Amino acid sequence: MPKKVLHQFKVEFLQILDEAGRVDRDLWSGVDKKDEKEVKGFYEAMLLIRTFDEKALNLQREGRLGTYASVQGQEATQVGAVAALRPSDWVFPAFREPGVSLLRGLPMRMIYQYWSGDERGSAIPEEQHDFPIAIPVGTHIPQAVGAAWAAQFKNDPVAVVTFFGDGATSKGDFHEGLNFAGVFRLPIVFICQNNHWAISVPLSRQTASATLAQKAIAYGFEGIQVDGNDVFAVHTAVKQALDKARSGGGPTFIECFTYRLSDHTTADDASRYRSPQEVTAWRKKDPLIRLRAFIAQEYGWSESDEQAARRQAQERVAAAVHEFESVSPLNPEGMFDFLFAHPTPDLLRQKERLLKKLKKEKE
Amino acid sequence: MSKLNLVQAINQALRHEMERNPNMVLLGEDIGRDGGVFRVTEGLVDQFGDRRVVDTPLSESGIVGVAIGMAAYGLTPVVEIQFMGFLYAAMEQLISHAARLRTRTRGRYTCPLVVRTPYGGGIHAPEHHSESTEAYFVHTPGLKVVVPSTPAEAKGLLLSSLRDPDPVLFLEPAKIYRAIKEEVPEEEYLIPLGEARLVAEGKDVTLIAWGAMLHPTLKAADRMAEKGIEAEVIDLRTLSPLDSATIIRSVEKTGRAVIIHEAPQTCGLGAEIAARLCEEALLSLEAPIARVTGFDTPIPLPKTEKYYLPDVDQIVEAAEQVVGF
Repeated sequence: MPKKVLHQFKVEFLQILDEAGRVDRDLWSGVDKKDEKEVKGFYEAMLLIRTFDEKALNLQREGRLGTYASVQGQEATQVGAVAALRPSDWVFPAFREPGVSLLRGLPMRMIYQYWSGDERGSAIPEEQHDFPIAIPVGTHIPQAVGAAWAAQFKNDPVAVVTFFGDGATSKGDFHEGLNFAGVFRLPIVFICQNNHWAISVPLSRQTASATLAQKAIAYGFEGIQVDGNDVFAVHTAVKQALDKARSGGGPTFIECFTYRLSDHTTADDASRYRSPQEVTAWRKKDPLIRLRAFIAQEYGWSESDEQAARRQAQERVAAAVHEFESVSPLNPEGMFDFLFAHPTPDLLRQKERLLKKLKKEKE
Repeated sequence: MSKLNLVQAINQALRHEMERNPNMVLLGEDIGRDGGVFRVTEGLVDQFGDRRVVDTPLSESGIVGVAIGMAAYGLTPVVEIQFMGFLYAAMEQLISHAARLRTRTRGRYTCPLVVRTPYGGGIHAPEHHSESTEAYFVHTPGLKVVVPSTPAEAKGLLLSSLRDPDPVLFLEPAKIYRAIKEEVPEEEYLIPLGEARLVAEGKDVTLIAWGAMLHPTLKAADRMAEKGIEAEVIDLRTLSPLDSATIIRSVEKTGRAVIIHEAPQTCGLGAEIAARLCEEALLSLEAPIARVTGFDTPIPLPKTEKYYLPDVDQIVEAAEQVVGF
């Protein structure tokens, strides 16, 4: 009896804007948001995230911020994805998505606050349907799936997006979450920011798969790889996936092929495990450089436009730093106030103990 | 009012609450058509449909993880984990996420989630099915841990758990799932979480137990009564938050305490109770506090598990030693 081929699969790769800032005109004509203002808005948003990030690294070196996870190189993924979302959609970030949080409406001050060790930075404003960042790798993925399930249960026209890195695809929760999403056809988009390094472990040690996108196939839904440094490709793929999710078409997995230009965190030294040649090669693919080249060619973005945009970003970041450093001190006794809806007798006693200590310190 | 066993009482509580709360959903392995491995959810899928009684993939961390997302979105998810030994796969979700969601978002998101699981030995189950490791969860800030000891208690405590705004781990003593029947009121009643129950009054020694261990403890108290020793018996009901006040009040009266649990001794909940008694009631103590517990070994397979589990003789012996000190 001859062997039969039961299924054959393919994984597509989408790039619209290349490293030199040229667009594929056919694909570009299919991009939804392409008027001059919006495209320049993408660039300004990426510049804002880069400026925010550079400031965070400086603040950490000056001892004004704790350990911080830099996002440099991944701005296009975050800007492209958020531009496709509606405010009513829900977002479950990992921990390298300050751009997502910022563009979704989280005051920049709060992101600095969080990384400075002030828990008030995790108190997402009521009107923003985002979870706070998740430090344990990949564990927020099933939670995002649960929120998508609840939206489907309530017939809300809402989709959920969750972000995570390549390292998360090695974790059980990634597989459990994708499996639930496939089985119950839930309105969710999984966005993997494949930045090639999970701290010091390269992608080749994370998986033997040719792509991460193909993992979706095993769970019964579509996976696509996009150039994660191409804001148009990310935006197009996420928009299509969200439309599909909202219309009952189920989940999509999008692998954004990108690169972390900086260290894993400010406590890390990436030069110990990756070559300068590799970093240099990826610097040429920087999402900001290519979009700037595009808008210069397409819309005549001048040096003075650039300077004005940089100035604007720096002013916004400076204002946020000022706000973050002017917030009132955090009340230590607040650690007891949110554990349960109603504090237990033990908690009240322990809070009393802390208050006594604080009083003594003051005296 | 009808006489129900623990399984039936829990089923009645779930049914009652699902009728009342259209956003309540049950999630678990085999809980639909099969009614759960202990049949606790029997018939619920027929009444509420498979959107609300969901047979999930075999995926404990996934189940608890999705339940956290559902709870944050506004549903009331109730998870069944088939055995406590299978809950460990979901510990990261429970400890790192469910328990701290309210705290770390300063109240922006909450996690009104109930995880039900049978626990404890004495049912001749295979490996990993008879765990009693409640202390792991009691040690976790932000989780409530509830253990009923009778059918009527189970109904009242479960209804309260289902309405609690925070995550609750509801441990069902598998040994007494069908071993005890008692009158369970059909109407709704709530037993507040965080309050222990004084099951029997006495002046000579306080016996503290929970779940299946309450029953040998009560037998031990009866046997001691025949010898003229009056034991006060406390059923903790909620292990977290712990009702220290009731325990301390009782030991201040009796001057003596024996703590009975089937969990391993080291760092078991008995250690915490003993420490609190030493802190709060030392001058009332007239004897060292005794613990009657499981051993610091995995609970053995069925042929020898009876040698692991505390029995009436051990409880009587410990109590008599404490009284005769």
